[in-house]
Amino acid sequence: MRRSQWFWLAAGWIGFALLPWYDTPLSDDRTWSLPALFAGLFGSAPWLLPLLVPLLLPIVYLTKDVHARATSLTAAGIIGIAYMILQGFAFGLNGWSWTFLESLLGSTDGFQNGFGYGANVTLFSFLFMLTEGLAARGWMKGDRFVTGAIGLVIGTILFFVFLPVSTILTNAAIPDGEQSALVSFFHRMTDQDIWSLSCISENRRCGVFWNSLRLGVLTGAITTLLGLAFALVATRTNFPFKRGLRLLTVLPIITPPFVISLAIILLFGRNGTVTNFFADAFDVAPSRWIYGLPGILITQALAFTPIAFLVLIGVVQGIAPSMEEASHTLRANRWQTFKYVTWPLLRPGLANAFLIGFIESLADFGNPLVLGGNYDVLSTKIFFAVVGSQNDPGRAGALAIVLLMLCVGAFYVQRRWLGKKSYQTLTGKGDSGRPSELPRGLKYVCYATAIPWAIFTLILYTMIMFGGFVKNWGRDNSFSLDHFAANFGLEWTDFGLLWSGRAWDSLFTTLEIAAISAPLTAGMGLLTAYLLVRQRFAGQAGFEFITMLSFAIPGTVIGVSYILAFNTPPLEITGTGIILVLCFIYRNMPVSIRAGVAAMSQIDKSLDECAMTLGATSAQTVRRVVLPLLRPAIVAALVYSFVRAITSVSAVIFLVSARYDLATSYIVGRVENGEYGLAIAYSATLIVIMAAAITLIQFAVGERKVSRRTSSDAVKQEVPA
Amino acid sequence: MKKISGKLRLFASTAALAVTMSSGAAMAESLVLYCSVGEEWCSAMANGFSRATGVDVAMTRKSSGETYAQLKAEASNPKGDVWWGGTGDPHLQAAEEGLTEEYISPMLEKLQPWAVSQATSSGNRTVGIYAGALGFTYNTEVLEDKGLPVPKCWADLIKPEYKGEIQIANPNSSGTAYTALASLVQLLGEDAAFDYQKQLHNNINQYTKSGSAPAKAAARGETGIGINFMHDGVQQRVGGFPVKVIAPCEGTGYEIGSMSIIKGGPNPEAARKWYDWALTAEAQEIGASVKSFQVPSNAGAKVPPEAPSLDTVKLIDYDFKEYGSSATRQRLLSRWDDEIGSLN
Repeated sequence: MRRSQWFWLAAGWIGFALLPWYDTPLSDDRTWSLPALFAGLFGSAPWLLPLLVPLLLPIVYLTKDVHARATSLTAAGIIGIAYMILQGFAFGLNGWSWTFLESLLGSTDGFQNGFGYGANVTLFSFLFMLTEGLAARGWMKGDRFVTGAIGLVIGTILFFVFLPVSTILTNAAIPDGEQSALVSFFHRMTDQDIWSLSCISENRRCGVFWNSLRLGVLTGAITTLLGLAFALVATRTNFPFKRGLRLLTVLPIITPPFVISLAIILLFGRNGTVTNFFADAFDVAPSRWIYGLPGILITQALAFTPIAFLVLIGVVQGIAPSMEEASHTLRANRWQTFKYVTWPLLRPGLANAFLIGFIESLADFGNPLVLGGNYDVLSTKIFFAVVGSQNDPGRAGALAIVLLMLCVGAFYVQRRWLGKKSYQTLTGKGDSGRPSELPRGLKYVCYATAIPWAIFTLILYTMIMFGGFVKNWGRDNSFSLDHFAANFGLEWTDFGLLWSGRAWDSLFTTLEIAAISAPLTAGMGLLTAYLLVRQRFAGQAGFEFITMLSFAIPGTVIGVSYILAFNTPPLEITGTGIILVLCFIYRNMPVSIRAGVAAMSQIDKSLDECAMTLGATSAQTVRRVVLPLLRPAIVAALVYSFVRAITSVSAVIFLVSARYDLATSYIVGRVENGEYGLAIAYSATLIVIMAAAITLIQFAVGERKVSRRTSSDAVKQEVPA
Repeated sequence: MKKISGKLRLFASTAALAVTMSSGAAMAESLVLYCSVGEEWCSAMANGFSRATGVDVAMTRKSSGETYAQLKAEASNPKGDVWWGGTGDPHLQAAEEGLTEEYISPMLEKLQPWAVSQATSSGNRTVGIYAGALGFTYNTEVLEDKGLPVPKCWADLIKPEYKGEIQIANPNSSGTAYTALASLVQLLGEDAAFDYQKQLHNNINQYTKSGSAPAKAAARGETGIGINFMHDGVQQRVGGFPVKVIAPCEGTGYEIGSMSIIKGGPNPEAARKWYDWALTAEAQEIGASVKSFQVPSNAGAKVPPEAPSLDTVKLIDYDFKEYGSSATRQRLLSRWDDEIGSLN
């Protein structure tokens, strides 16, 4: 038997026989603090004993041939997982979880807690026994790393994405009054409110589906183009303020929710600064044009352009210069080179950036809430179907299904557009090329797009920072530090330093949770991207779609579904920090995946094969060859997941507890109370912290070197000294 | 064993600390509070209770709709003890669905009649803790600039001169707007109420999502007039904005902010302690100290001078039982969607 197989078998036994099986004890009964073996034999949990079967199976087959051992491991994994999940779900805090079991087996006064250390260790070792067994049977060319990774990703995604999301979606079929489930489902799915096109023919509103579709397409297109302009300016021109520009593009991503919307209202609202200026100077009557599609578009473009930029800059940098050089050598001019070589190679980046922009826009909730006016979109409709005075989970389920269908559609279109072409340019072959500069006309177009947008962002942020330092933003603009003192006050008392500010608790919790979840998110995302790009297995398209699932669903729905799924055994984690970390990992993972997929599809597989031929294992290849080439994607993934853990709001509204309160829920509470000063002062502090963290991440991960020169050197050298 | 390494010592002291902390936590009584009013009021209440009784309060603040959704989601294994604050309808719904516990507080006799009737109509599963009437919040500067008169009655609001100056929330998302809808139905009769709202629609510039948003928009001059609970308008006035609050002359509806004990919560004892305490005059006077000017339900509690006094406001005889029930709600909301919400 291989060493790794022994390892997982041993881990299974440790979890079963040495570690306490259950979560915190519910009663005095010592069963609940015992390992499963003893709780089963001597305590009141005999239902754990059948787990001995899968744990003994590989040992029994120890002396048999390789094939039989592999089969025994596979079988042990499947039996173990299936039994643990079945008995975990069938039997909860109050006896049977499903009524049909009660009628089948009679009622019971037994109960069990959620999984503790022992159960979790054993569950994971079953999972890896299964993948080890499959690898030993020759699956995925016998690569244990790849099978293990596939098992881990699929297993956890099924559990933390598919399971909770399906609890919400199945609500769509809840029988409505007298009607059967099927009829209710059909009624909800065909509601005029969703599909109506009456805004074209008569003076009524169109369905919410069309509103969302229009918004998503526009936001996706705008953010992709802006992101591309920034990425090209940053890598392919000699623009003097590149660093400043990059920082500006990152600012919106690190801005807590509501803040941009508030600033927009104060500038462009009916009583806003800009509006009043135009009213006084040019006699333009103040109007409320900003409320509705224009307002949502502006704020979403501000908020999501940075993500498009982060995805695209990796791709732009990753286009190996040799292709463009070859084109030049063949006497193409700059414009031809860009059009026929660079642009086609940008397609994976553009497609991924658009997909993210589209889906982010659909799932965005805060901006439509504040600036949407009467422009209803799916995400706000779903939110209010869950928490509004209507309170109709069936409707929320139906709307969520419509939203998902939109995402599936976008996903499908993206794949069709990319097709089966190859975008790999980073091969192992040496090149000393330098990326070519942009054609002149295009350069000015990029400037004309990026610079005004950057100035606009700058003005907004000056306004926001200003808001934190005045008494009452927009009303009483005299300088004051009150808001900072209230949030982050420190007092020196007889007992030492007292953190008397009201925001300290939530700030520390937020940073802790974000710091834990960011590397896990990036790791899981890049691993998944590796599986998607580098491996081929059955059901890969479905697998890819499931990974996007949690991203496409509005945070609120995710929040409620997490409570529904994880408030009772087998996994009882509501009210803990773990549920926040898990929610962030699986919700923010898709961006890491997209960044990884975009970057990895550029790296020629021959590099991997080369390493493998030289005797490296696939794990080594990932570590020594793929990862270093992925540095921009790693930075994007880490930054995004860290920042999103700090700024996301809708998903965590339901998951925060008194012990684990987060910055955003504090900020939203302030905004709801109209205390914008406090909210902004806190946001400003968070912005500074996140900017520092981003710098740190960039420094720690380092830049990717595609050739011996860095890309910025290369451009500089084109300018004659 | 002269030297204990630094790490070991740190470990030992952490372990000791953990032991003392956990045993300390086991001794002190604790309470998990779900709070649905403003952050400041929530924490003032939590601290006030801890000071008065020594019970440790773990408080989470969410809107009443969110808390109701959370109670439903957690029903199989409740994590909270008491749900304090927020408009009465979701409390009544929770009572209807058996999510909350029956409790008759000895404090009940000290309460205003409307607070007691909230308890009786729910089978003692919830009780009134404050009240707030619906009214108009108007921006004095905006009305002056445009030369508009102050609206005094519901009937004024549909005059054409107010076109594009009025904001109210969408009743599908906001309990405040649902209260307004139900009030108009009770005031005018159902068909007349929908006719009225169709005319009002011409003057509405936006149906907001949140119930207090119109008051905030009026404060910043984004709209001339907002229809909302009067205390939300008063809060903006106290915050330094040029707004005034007025109650409509024909009469108006009101909300009863409520409190319920969550069924199957972890600390039922402490929950009842909180319940009794929260109905005392002292506890109810905390609101005014943090700029929340609702009218307290304890007859002995001082009504803050800023609060729109319910004596001068003409209140309708609001039928909470009928208009709080799921069936009526569903019917009115879908009619609103068909006849008002789908208009352009």
